[in-house]
Amino acid sequence: MSEPLLDVEDLRTTFHTPRGDVHAVDGVSLRLEAGRTLGVVGESGSGKSVLGRTVMGLVSSGPGVTVSGRVSLAGQDVHALAPAERRRLWGPRVAMVFQDPMTSLNPVKRVGRHIDEVLRLHLRLGRREARERTVGLLRQVGIPEPERRAGQYPHELSGGMRQRVVIAAALACGPDLLIADEPTTALDVTVQRQILDLVASLSRRSGMAVVLISHDLAAVGGRADRVAVMYGGRLVESAPTSRVFGAPRHPYTGALLASAPRLSAAPHSRLPTIEGRPPDPADPPPGCRFAPRCPRAEAVCRGGAPPLLDLAPVGGHPHEVACRLPLEAESTEVGHGR
Amino acid sequence: MAGSGNAHMRAGADRVLSVHDLVVEFPVGRGQRVHAVSGLHLDLVRGETLGILGESGCGKSSAGRAVMQLPPPTSGSVVLEGTELTGSGGRALRRARARMQLIMQDPVSSLNPRRRVADLVAEGLDIRGEREDRRARVDAALRSVGLDPDTVRDRRPHELSGGQCQRVCIARALVLDPALLICDEPVSSLDVSVQAQILNLLEEAKERHGLSMVFVAHDVAVVKNVSDRVMVLYLGKTCEVLPSEGLHVRAAHPYTRLLLDSVPGQENGDAPGERAAELPSPVDPPSGCRFRTRCPWAQERCAREEPQLREVGPGHHVACHLVE
Repeated sequence: MSEPLLDVEDLRTTFHTPRGDVHAVDGVSLRLEAGRTLGVVGESGSGKSVLGRTVMGLVSSGPGVTVSGRVSLAGQDVHALAPAERRRLWGPRVAMVFQDPMTSLNPVKRVGRHIDEVLRLHLRLGRREARERTVGLLRQVGIPEPERRAGQYPHELSGGMRQRVVIAAALACGPDLLIADEPTTALDVTVQRQILDLVASLSRRSGMAVVLISHDLAAVGGRADRVAVMYGGRLVESAPTSRVFGAPRHPYTGALLASAPRLSAAPHSRLPTIEGRPPDPADPPPGCRFAPRCPRAEAVCRGGAPPLLDLAPVGGHPHEVACRLPLEAESTEVGHGR
Repeated sequence: MAGSGNAHMRAGADRVLSVHDLVVEFPVGRGQRVHAVSGLHLDLVRGETLGILGESGCGKSSAGRAVMQLPPPTSGSVVLEGTELTGSGGRALRRARARMQLIMQDPVSSLNPRRRVADLVAEGLDIRGEREDRRARVDAALRSVGLDPDTVRDRRPHELSGGQCQRVCIARALVLDPALLICDEPVSSLDVSVQAQILNLLEEAKERHGLSMVFVAHDVAVVKNVSDRVMVLYLGKTCEVLPSEGLHVRAAHPYTRLLLDSVPGQENGDAPGERAAELPSPVDPPSGCRFRTRCPWAQERCAREEPQLREVGPGHHVACHLVE
């Protein structure tokens, strides 16, 4: 196995609130090699966005927040760097794309300036050189008439075009790692497909690693090499994409897959649901966090946090599951998607 | 539509709702208008669910709201249980409103944060002056959406989860014993596991109360799951009306196919995709078939002539020149 580009070890992000400590990310370890795409899937409150931001270094220890564990990006410990040094990572090493392209662009700044700025600041390009590169980047992300578009304001572009601009800005310095936090949730399905295809093709072309964070298992499915499923701030399952969809081993992953309506199912079929509510992050249940909602749970599940163990056969890709009573390897689930 | 016509309308039958030539336009200044809905026809039989499918800007929400008279449509007719709603106002409209209820996308912002659950649910009853059995009716409505009245009665919306708020919204609608429920993206702001709970709940409520439903959403799989018939809209025009059974196989309109091919996990590498990414402006929609600017098969005829809805199979109508 090659040296991973991203190596996250026992990462914990804790917010200190008046209601008590909220363990948003609670002991997550993962690695990602260059050129690979990792999908991080979870429902709201699972800690997936905080994980992305902590990996990026946007969330770091300070008033009200404690980050422990280690995030190593191309050999550098992100959280051991001084803020000014960490800022130098953003752009050339790691970049992030957020959910809502309207709020991540400045409404009173022309589209081109968002990208010029990145190039001039990080790569010390001159005004004219930066603009040339900007137009090239806009063309690369599939924006028609890039010269004209660069002179427009964000509100003159559609949601899909705006998200392309955000991606162009993120790619401006050729980052090794792109963290995309729900990049298509605010967009229409046909546009969602275009944007995910775009990220996939850019990653293929430049060897950029991608962390794709989403609440939608199916959206991530077609694009990721591996999928990590989060629940209550912890990883519950991490496996090659086809294994997660074809033979999930954690009961939560299985239930999540089953609860999405399928196109192939007959109309009016009842959907299997997950009873109860996600755990309160300020007061999580002891032991396995999914135990109170899990139909398979037994006394042993409430005892202590189940470790993330590799259940894959020897020599296979790791299939890690944090469950004491995992689902059988031969599951009835076939294929992925709906 | 992306053509027009009313070939899909059914004669006779016990119709709860029939909508004819519905037009919704919004002035945007300089004499220009946004054509949100252009000549929509639809009908709904008792106990039936019609799914309206489309992307943002296709007019699906405007259509649902125009049926509710929120605001009244620019022109066209909306007949609910034999009563013409367009043009009627005041008391007649208020009476009719109890028979149709709207469930909106964001359950948290559609509830007044200062009021308690019991009062939120009873609001319709209070407006109509129905004081009898107020408490019993509210409790029954809460129970029917799977909430324990004793636990939630005195809570305020911020003390509930998104899924619970959506349950309160549904209870609010059911307490008035409506004939028609219009759901505008009722599950798109909810997590997948909660979405399944709410979809099941809507199905149960529909059966128990003998409701008819108009279900507006952008998610093909969700719409297929709850609907008997599905209508696909694009830029305010109807593309296709078809039974939801077998929808993913039978759909014939190029736009419906594009939507189906875009469903994650259903990507079809051989699909021709689409021509341009941009949605044309609803202020100045394309001539002829409105989908032609994105359609991979568009021909010269599509720009000249607007396709009419034609029957291509039992209960299956398509507005496209190129579909046989």
